[in-house]
Amino acid sequence: MWSYERRLQFPVNIKEPNAKLAQVIISQFGGPDGELSASMRYLSQRYSMPYKEVAGLLTDIGTEELAHMEMVSAIVHQLTRNLSMEEIEKSGFATYYVDHTLGVWPTAAAGIPFNACEFQVKGDPITDLTEDLAAEQKARSTYDNILRLIKEPDVCEPIKFLREREIVHFQRFGEALRMTQDRLDSKNFYAFNPAFDKCKDCDDKPDCGCKN
Amino acid sequence: MGNNKEQLLRDIGIVDFVLTELTLYLDTHPFDRNAMEYFNHYNRIKHQMEKEFSMKYFPLNTSMAESNKEWRWGMAPLPWEGVCG
Repeated sequence: MWSYERRLQFPVNIKEPNAKLAQVIISQFGGPDGELSASMRYLSQRYSMPYKEVAGLLTDIGTEELAHMEMVSAIVHQLTRNLSMEEIEKSGFATYYVDHTLGVWPTAAAGIPFNACEFQVKGDPITDLTEDLAAEQKARSTYDNILRLIKEPDVCEPIKFLREREIVHFQRFGEALRMTQDRLDSKNFYAFNPAFDKCKDCDDKPDCGCKN
Repeated sequence: MGNNKEQLLRDIGIVDFVLTELTLYLDTHPFDRNAMEYFNHYNRIKHQMEKEFSMKYFPLNTSMAESNKEWRWGMAPLPWEGVCG
């Protein structure tokens, strides 16, 4: 269940439209390391996460990613608002415009549409959390790349905020991976998949960490 | 804090950011009493600020959207339009 707050997590107030910037920033909406991918990844991974603290963290970070998706979409919307035909033709925006006019549609900067194959739900806690750590760093690198391309302060400020959140989420997922490993066999974290297998110690160790 | 609409909304964003950070931190440190005290403190402040904002300007969520003459929630500004729009 979710409810909506009628405000952005961080203000987005862009004065001048700029279709060139919009075409790059849209990757953080529908691109491989974007916010749509992030939110769907964490919210989908929750169901096979056997430890409730970690499933709770996936819920809370997945929810924050929805707010980030809204911020990135707001940036794209404000950068393309009121574009003239001349600006559309001049900025290379025509290839997007022809299919979506000035609507905001999830795609990567190079035109590859959003696809669930951009994230994984493996159903194994260590595998999924390791993907999550990588995902936060990939998103951070993408924001670094965007910040090298733009100078406009009203666009940079929200992008810098989003970049910092990737670093905090990486930290929290690192803690979640440690919490997961603490529940597993310290001699072999991969002895079994606690979201699927039963371990041989179940009978005498009720909190052994496995599914049973 | 906050003597006009934009300023109060900004202040709510700041206090809510503190709560977002504390929520994620507490998810992985569920017995940190200091963090829980911070959370409780800022959570109360946020509720007061949201209530004040929703009464003066527009409801920030449907739990603050009680209306008489017009549906205040539906008439509220769209956040993605920004203040320059």
